[in-house]
Amino acid sequence: MRIPIETFRLDNGLFVTLSKDHTAPIVAVNLWYHVGSANERMGRTGFAHLFEHMLFQGSEHVGSNEHFELIQRAGGTLNGSTWLERTNYYETVPSNQLALVLWLEADRMGHLLPAMTQQKLDNQRDVVKNERRWSVDNQPYGTWLERLSALTFPESHPFHHSLIGSMEDLSASSLDDIRQFFRAYYTPDNAVLSIAGDFDSAEVKGLVEQYFGDIPRGQGKPPLAPMDLPPTFGKPLRLVVPDEIALPRLYLAFRSPVFGTDAYYAASICSAVLGMRRGSRLHRSLVRERQVAADAAAFTFDLAKGGDLLVADVIARPETTPEKLEEEVTREIDRVIDEGVTQKEVDRAIALIETDMITAMQSASERADRLSMFATFFGEPELLNEQSSRYHAATTADVNEFAHSKLGPDNRAALLFMPKTESASAANPDAAAA
Amino acid sequence: MTTSARPSPSEPREYQFPRFSRYALANGLRVIIAPVRKLPVVTVLAVVDAGASVDPRGREGLGQLAAEMLREGTERHSGLELLEGFEGLGSSLEAGADWDTTIVSMTLLREHLGTGLPLLAEVLMNPSFPVHELERLKAERLAERLQILSEPRGLADESFARLLYAPDSRYAEPIGGTSESITASTRADMVEFFKMRYTPDSVTVIIAGEIDTDEGLERVTETLGEWKGKRVVGVAPGGGGSRETRTLEIVAKADAAQSELRLGHLGIPRSHPDYFNVVVMNALLGGLFSSRINLNLRERHGYTYGASSHYDWRREPGPFLISTAVQSEVSADAMREILGEIDGMRSREVPSDELSLATSYLEGVFPIRYETTSSIASALANIVIFGLPEDFYDTYRDRIHAVSPADVLAAARSHVHPEKLQAVVVGDPTVIRAPLEKLEFGPLSVRSPAEA
Repeated sequence: MRIPIETFRLDNGLFVTLSKDHTAPIVAVNLWYHVGSANERMGRTGFAHLFEHMLFQGSEHVGSNEHFELIQRAGGTLNGSTWLERTNYYETVPSNQLALVLWLEADRMGHLLPAMTQQKLDNQRDVVKNERRWSVDNQPYGTWLERLSALTFPESHPFHHSLIGSMEDLSASSLDDIRQFFRAYYTPDNAVLSIAGDFDSAEVKGLVEQYFGDIPRGQGKPPLAPMDLPPTFGKPLRLVVPDEIALPRLYLAFRSPVFGTDAYYAASICSAVLGMRRGSRLHRSLVRERQVAADAAAFTFDLAKGGDLLVADVIARPETTPEKLEEEVTREIDRVIDEGVTQKEVDRAIALIETDMITAMQSASERADRLSMFATFFGEPELLNEQSSRYHAATTADVNEFAHSKLGPDNRAALLFMPKTESASAANPDAAAA
Repeated sequence: MTTSARPSPSEPREYQFPRFSRYALANGLRVIIAPVRKLPVVTVLAVVDAGASVDPRGREGLGQLAAEMLREGTERHSGLELLEGFEGLGSSLEAGADWDTTIVSMTLLREHLGTGLPLLAEVLMNPSFPVHELERLKAERLAERLQILSEPRGLADESFARLLYAPDSRYAEPIGGTSESITASTRADMVEFFKMRYTPDSVTVIIAGEIDTDEGLERVTETLGEWKGKRVVGVAPGGGGSRETRTLEIVAKADAAQSELRLGHLGIPRSHPDYFNVVVMNALLGGLFSSRINLNLRERHGYTYGASSHYDWRREPGPFLISTAVQSEVSADAMREILGEIDGMRSREVPSDELSLATSYLEGVFPIRYETTSSIASALANIVIFGLPEDFYDTYRDRIHAVSPADVLAAARSHVHPEKLQAVVVGDPTVIRAPLEKLEFGPLSVRSPAEA
């Protein structure tokens, strides 16, 4: 299955990808800015995400919250999200409303700053602090992402610090930070615009040129701190977190090849063999057979620079101690290295991944998002159509080679959550031997 | 160039919800086929008329457990073999109970339908309920109970249901049951439940995706046409009673970083003639991002990341519920603002441009909801579950469009009842109790987060 892809670039550097599908009168617009939490400076953690909120607070010709209202009034859905390496904004609307969406995105790319006020910033800072309370501080295991990033990336690395940021840093951010960040990163030459669904190519090209064409190029981005990392951690890393939780949970992370490389596909398959759905190794062995875990999964972060992470995530049964949990997961990982994975396991993994990829393409929004991703990271949206063959090109031997070189003890980072009441007797909470 | 002139929409293109055909086989099994030509994908979804609301008393969660046990072994295959069978095709069999029915479904590539469908049929007709798999699933559910009770959002939802519904209502307890009822459930209970409820005349099989109607019908007839059995209708406990005067319950979580707030009362059944008026009214009150409650709590006050209201549609009246999580210090203020928005909705007609925000949203978003075969199959399942008219999806947008400001006001006055509101706040009592008392909402109690 291949989806049609067209591309063009405006003089100001804006890269545009188009994918037509006339089966329903709807169209998805997706804009990736190549900026994420990795681009924040110290003392301003959480800023990329706070900034994403500010982009819904109006621009020169759009009132506060009017972006949401106009899209919903048009019968559309919308949102935005922030990740370590990128921020995206997206809408799906009835196809006769495409011009409105492009105009709204262009207005905030070209004319954001006149609309920014201290009052809006104060309000969204409060909203984001409540988002942090909701998704991180008041959730069992809610701190896992920031703890794992801090454990697995060196302090000087752009992926080390918290994505949603600290309360302190959020309080410290100013309107001036907003202006600087906007000028540095929210420029047409640092963005990819993808449009998928029911549209006419010539008409869309005209609209994009009309709305985005006069937005000036950026002045160049501040350089990132060096991203490159050794291929493995080089030693076991470990953090034990006593917390307000009912069941112990282990996140066991491995540094792995960055997204898009040949070795990445072997890692991704290995991750699916280990923890994709109920027929995976960890689930079969720990949940089904040995019955020491209540649930088990594995996934990759899909980072495109520096180093990716493969993470096994296993929740203990109530009667399983944190030590036992760690021992059991470790044994399964050792077994993968020692005995290897089978052709049948690899086939299962590829079959599941392939169905997911194809069913995702039913949604215009997913199509547009993935086109933006491949265009942003590699400058080649056509890679979307290569994914199936990339997976099929990886062999069982490649997966086993990955397991051998990357799942060993010198490349394991264990983040172990344990119920607070047990912490005194069961393990030393300060054992953050990193 | 970017201009201040907002573009106006061009002529809309027609959209039709996918055509579908309905059949009944000789054994009573019903079939719906919806051909969708887009990608080589099909979703198969079976609706079994056996939801959590018919769980036997003291065995709450049995329907959910039975649904999960379907895939844990049949007369011909072990659970592991079934798992390998489905996942080897690149698919997963999903099975779970909602309040009114059990749904068993899979989405798979078109080329695998011929292998996948017989497996799904086998699971529906001949599960063997192996006792060792049941014991394992029960232990997993018990672990899940511990997780939910330590998680403020789940705890708030469960506490609200238990506060609202009378103890004799099945709706008072979670769909999946409590640790007590899960522990009590045996294989014999499950076999009995299955025999009574899983019969061909209780099942509708829906196929949506790249398939012809004839072929779909033929395949279902081949795999499920020989299934025998007649439904033994048990007594449904129904919705049961609910609390009718205001109460406020604090569920104590020391040092909580935030308060999880739930505020609501008994709603109306899905079959209620005011359905469309209530859907539009709720969208304006708290259903949309740009709704009154969300704009007030989030954008005006910065109290929360989000606040919403929701009618939980079931055959019997489910809850009308407002949910949010707010900074602890403003728990009482947030409640006061919500009460103010409820009063506003009930005291005067909404301006027509505010009304059109909801109606144009619901009309416009309609085709976006049905991009995937699984969402189309689920929409068709709702026709079965709630007995909706055949043309429900064809007339949906007209019905929404017809709702007037007077209809919205009437819906708010008839179906939102400030004097019946029940409130649950999961949070830190040392911070929230005094301000909540000052609010004089209603009798206030504090309890610890145990199960009952």
